[in-house]
Amino acid sequence: MAALNLDKEMIQSCRTIAKKIAYDVQDMIDKHTTISVERATLRMLGIDGVDPFDVPYVNVVTNHLLKVGNLGLGVSHYMAHAIYEHRLSPQQVAEEVSKGTLNLSKYTDINKPDLKILNPYFTEVFSRIDESTKARDHWLLQTKNKTTPLKYVIVATGNIYEDIKQAVSAAELGADVIAVIRSTGQSLLDFVPYGATTEGFGGTFATQENFRLMRKALDDVSKKLGRYVRLVNYASGLCMPEIATMGAIERLDMMLNDSLYGIIFRDINMKRTFIDQYFSRLLSAYSKITINTGEDNYLTTSDAFEHAHTVLASQFINEQFAKLARMKEKYMGLGHAFEIDPALENSFLYELSQALMAREIFPEAPLKYMPPTKHMTGDIFMGTIQNALFNIATVTSHQSIHLLGMMTEAIHTPFVSDRALALNNANYIERAFKDFGDEITFKKDGIVQHRAEETLKNAHELLVTIKEEGMFETLKMGRFAGISRTEFGGKGLNGVFVKHENYVNPVLDEMLKRLEDTK
Amino acid sequence: MSQKVIRPYGDTENDGKIQLSFSLPIPQGPFGDEAAKALAIKMGVFDPQVVSSIALSDEFSFYIVYGTTTHLVDLETIKVESQEHESMSKDEVESFIETHFNEPLVFVGASTGTDAHTVGIDAIMNMKGYAGHYGLERYKGIKAYNLGGSVDNETLLEKALELQADVILISQTVTQKDVHVQNLTKFIELLEAEQVRDKFIVIIGGARINHGLAKELGYDAGFGPKKYAFDVASFAVQSLYQKARKVKR
Repeated sequence: MAALNLDKEMIQSCRTIAKKIAYDVQDMIDKHTTISVERATLRMLGIDGVDPFDVPYVNVVTNHLLKVGNLGLGVSHYMAHAIYEHRLSPQQVAEEVSKGTLNLSKYTDINKPDLKILNPYFTEVFSRIDESTKARDHWLLQTKNKTTPLKYVIVATGNIYEDIKQAVSAAELGADVIAVIRSTGQSLLDFVPYGATTEGFGGTFATQENFRLMRKALDDVSKKLGRYVRLVNYASGLCMPEIATMGAIERLDMMLNDSLYGIIFRDINMKRTFIDQYFSRLLSAYSKITINTGEDNYLTTSDAFEHAHTVLASQFINEQFAKLARMKEKYMGLGHAFEIDPALENSFLYELSQALMAREIFPEAPLKYMPPTKHMTGDIFMGTIQNALFNIATVTSHQSIHLLGMMTEAIHTPFVSDRALALNNANYIERAFKDFGDEITFKKDGIVQHRAEETLKNAHELLVTIKEEGMFETLKMGRFAGISRTEFGGKGLNGVFVKHENYVNPVLDEMLKRLEDTK
Repeated sequence: MSQKVIRPYGDTENDGKIQLSFSLPIPQGPFGDEAAKALAIKMGVFDPQVVSSIALSDEFSFYIVYGTTTHLVDLETIKVESQEHESMSKDEVESFIETHFNEPLVFVGASTGTDAHTVGIDAIMNMKGYAGHYGLERYKGIKAYNLGGSVDNETLLEKALELQADVILISQTVTQKDVHVQNLTKFIELLEAEQVRDKFIVIIGGARINHGLAKELGYDAGFGPKKYAFDVASFAVQSLYQKARKVKR
């Protein structure tokens, strides 16, 4: 592969600084829990379903505790008492609370129950996750290992049954990964909708049943094609940890999960996001789910040429947060994008340089490379060429996850035919440029090498600044995507709780223990 | 325009040549090709040729069709709804403000409702702008506040009142099943309910927006694709001048 001659010491220095930045935030994370972490914990105890008003039982329990208890103690504290005293299962406890026949804050038995009473319940859910992980391993063993990038397309009809038809079509035409885009606005819902859904806007609601239906359909087509088709959804927004839980159970293979995206682009409170991403990533690390980070989004807001270094700096930070969550590098799908203005001379050289740079700096990471969106105009014929150049950069620089561009970007959510044309375009370039990247070298100190060196240097400088001012101040200064967020602003802050000195979470403890054991 | 009635131009005047592409929910094959042709004929395409047909799955097929349209367009019947103002350059807008207004003009913008896409509002408002045209943040005499994406209508109005905005800009990028229209309608209803509609020039923009739709929904103006900060600023400053807001006397 063509070497860029990057400064190895500077790369190491970036990692050291990013580690310090992440550790500072981790101090805050370890002292807090959130309502969504607690709901995810309830799901890990096997609680599922909704009450007669369509409120998920996990929300019923946490809402009840908001009124009568202290979530800073953790739901496990209350659940252990109720299970011990009333001889009920967690699901039954939730149903009794829903009926108003059980108040979790009152215990008549003064004996402190042993938390071990929860073990059989979460052990069962862990077993379900283990089965899913094993099934995936089995599928992957049967699938020929690809040396070219995984072709990733989205479906977004709003109706899970239509999504399935389109996903099957895409898989048959060569797609390796199917992402079901969520209904717009789901990230701001503080509950996870329930059951199969057929009405969504710009996407389909992420529900456990929708996950199951799509996984089943993709398993069927995988069998037919003799290769495993991966499924993706979003562990992001206010229910990030819960969706990570559902995804682990239903065998999703990738989860969009960024440490900063929700803060910057959805105006979700930063504490809430950092705490939630930690729990989600621990679970994804345990379930061998590849996360996808969202640095590409910075470039839809800021200029892709001037702000390339912000993407790299954020990748270093996302990497360290993932490491804190015990995640192996091979599951860190760090994101970046092909978004430089086509009007710029040599834009392709700059794009290629940045793509190669990411590959060289994160050799083990399954990099996620995003297509042009900002400069797609509605001219579908020009758009096809832009996507072709993007595809060439992707294959040449050995990206791992190749999100295909749609010629109808900026017009509508893709038609079944848009996706097919995108796949044909990518299939052709995948064949034609298969070993191109290994055949070429770059001129010493030429445009490509120089661009990478400069971007790395600027990222280093930015990381130094972030370390000095701290993550919270950095977000306030709007250093990523030019958007400013404050520590006490944004949605979901009222769901953040300081952990009481007696806080307990045996699910979290078990997850950490199991991750240590498999190290 | 010498000709009043026209057809598409392929390579000879009035040859009426057009291209179509679409998918059908049937398998690819001779039967599919005939179905595609039949559809084209119903659309007024004479002698359609299916130049490409591709299988999308066992259930779907895709067609590219060329043919001759039998339809004509009478240019005299065409009406365009457009803003009744001349666009000025950034420099002209700035000197217009300096000449005519007492104090800086306040613009508050957001991508509203569930739409988190800020590409449109950023193109108009951010320093950098889009396609070489600087955004409103860089204009002398304008204070621009970009609230970003997923801003609900109530928050936008609250901010506009707090910042004493003269102009409110709303962007809608991604939309499905016309959810943007419902959301835009609600904002105007909110302004009317709070009796503050007259306080602001309210402008919408986005890929699916045009001036006609904006007027229909009760907005002052609408800007679609290929409109930049200077177009929006030109309309806004001229409207404010006509309304005699903050105007020098």
